[in-house]
Amino acid sequence: MRVHVDPEKCQGHNRCYALAPELFDVDDLGNAFELNDGVVPEGLEAKARSAVANCPEYAISVSE
Amino acid sequence: MATQRPRVSDWATDFDHTDPEWVADPYPIWNELRTRCPVAHSERYGGAWLPVRHDDVAAVAYDTEHFTSRSVVVSEVRPGPDDLPAPIGQAPPITSDPPFHALARRLLLPAFAPKPIEALEPFTRELCVELLDATAGERQIDAAVDYAQHIPLRVIVKMLGFPQEDADLFRRFIRIVLEDVDQSAEERQAVVDEGELDAYIDARIAEHLADPQDDLTSFLLDAELDGNKLDPDHVRGTMVLLMIAGIDTTWSAIGASLWHLAQNPADRQRLAAEPELMPTAVEEFLRAYAPVTMARLVATDFDFRGRQMKEGDWLLLPFPAANRDPEHFPDADNVQIDRAENRHAAFGLGIHRCIGSNLARMELRVALEEWMKRYPDFELVDPTRVTWSAGQVRGPRTVPVRVR
Repeated sequence: MRVHVDPEKCQGHNRCYALAPELFDVDDLGNAFELNDGVVPEGLEAKARSAVANCPEYAISVSE
Repeated sequence: MATQRPRVSDWATDFDHTDPEWVADPYPIWNELRTRCPVAHSERYGGAWLPVRHDDVAAVAYDTEHFTSRSVVVSEVRPGPDDLPAPIGQAPPITSDPPFHALARRLLLPAFAPKPIEALEPFTRELCVELLDATAGERQIDAAVDYAQHIPLRVIVKMLGFPQEDADLFRRFIRIVLEDVDQSAEERQAVVDEGELDAYIDARIAEHLADPQDDLTSFLLDAELDGNKLDPDHVRGTMVLLMIAGIDTTWSAIGASLWHLAQNPADRQRLAAEPELMPTAVEEFLRAYAPVTMARLVATDFDFRGRQMKEGDWLLLPFPAANRDPEHFPDADNVQIDRAENRHAAFGLGIHRCIGSNLARMELRVALEEWMKRYPDFELVDPTRVTWSAGQVRGPRTVPVRVR
């Protein structure tokens, strides 16, 4: 599984970073980006889905 | 002076967000409008619109071409072009439009990113403990007056590097700007023009220029836009914005969450047993009791959802109504503190997303954690004694509770 943050849609709500800091980080301006090229380590799939389901801007997607 | 307004008889054609019915309980009004006419209109305030569906609220928030943020608080007198010089507006960046908005916002963002806000958590926790210590021995306390209101006020005063004893001064300014919507723009401006607030801020600026500190005031004075230091009006406007936007909003969220917990023993017991659930519960309180309704001015005549909007019309932007839209949130009127999917818009959507959202979330979580540690069991003394603010920031202003 991979996660992706659309930088055009991200407005820095930082929900993904709060829910899954293993998968996302934020820059100095609070904009999110995916760690490890977006590759989701085994066992963190639920966290990835949770980040998607809690992004107010619909900026995060997952691909299997 | 405040005028007595006629009561609203039809919410679809004559809405008023200061009507006592809306102030007491706006949710049934929005639910009715959502099925009846999702974009309501009113002749009040010189003409105003009200979308209530999540999709419509989002569409307005994303459309900075047809809706300007030059004024974000609905009042009797809409600002003229000379009152708020475009594109900066009176309190950048909340009153700024693109492209200036991004520049003004970029200056502030680093101070509100997760890591600098984490650094404020120990101060916030000590403050909460201190406030709770002051209630020791009391059987009845006011969760809004004795607790919630002090927390964001003293945190923002700390961030700005202003003396903690000046906190009361700001409370008065905030009330004038946000709650007395019946005052004209001139009447409100007069309070500011008497120079009290400006003089106060100018004095703090002078102190910081002479002796820079590691705080938000020195951060702003040091900031540069296009290679130049910020215009003094810009610095002052931003400070006023931080005080106004950062205080009664979070005060409202803390108060509403405690008001909810006072009436829901099952949620109290669950949070006491599962403190790790608090961050999820905080998001649900933010969704269900989102305090902030924003506003826009229609920038140009155009058709939105079949309504003919005219340049200069107000548009009330109720993020709290978006958060109760059952098309987006199953069982939307039911508070579920373990709601796992929660794309709420309490902090707005789009480019004006609340810059203080990390700060507000931290304050709300810490305030509830410390309260629940001290008073895991509490209840309303009398539900009819709870009063709610009028205006675009909704929260309980008095919440007397019995503690054990």
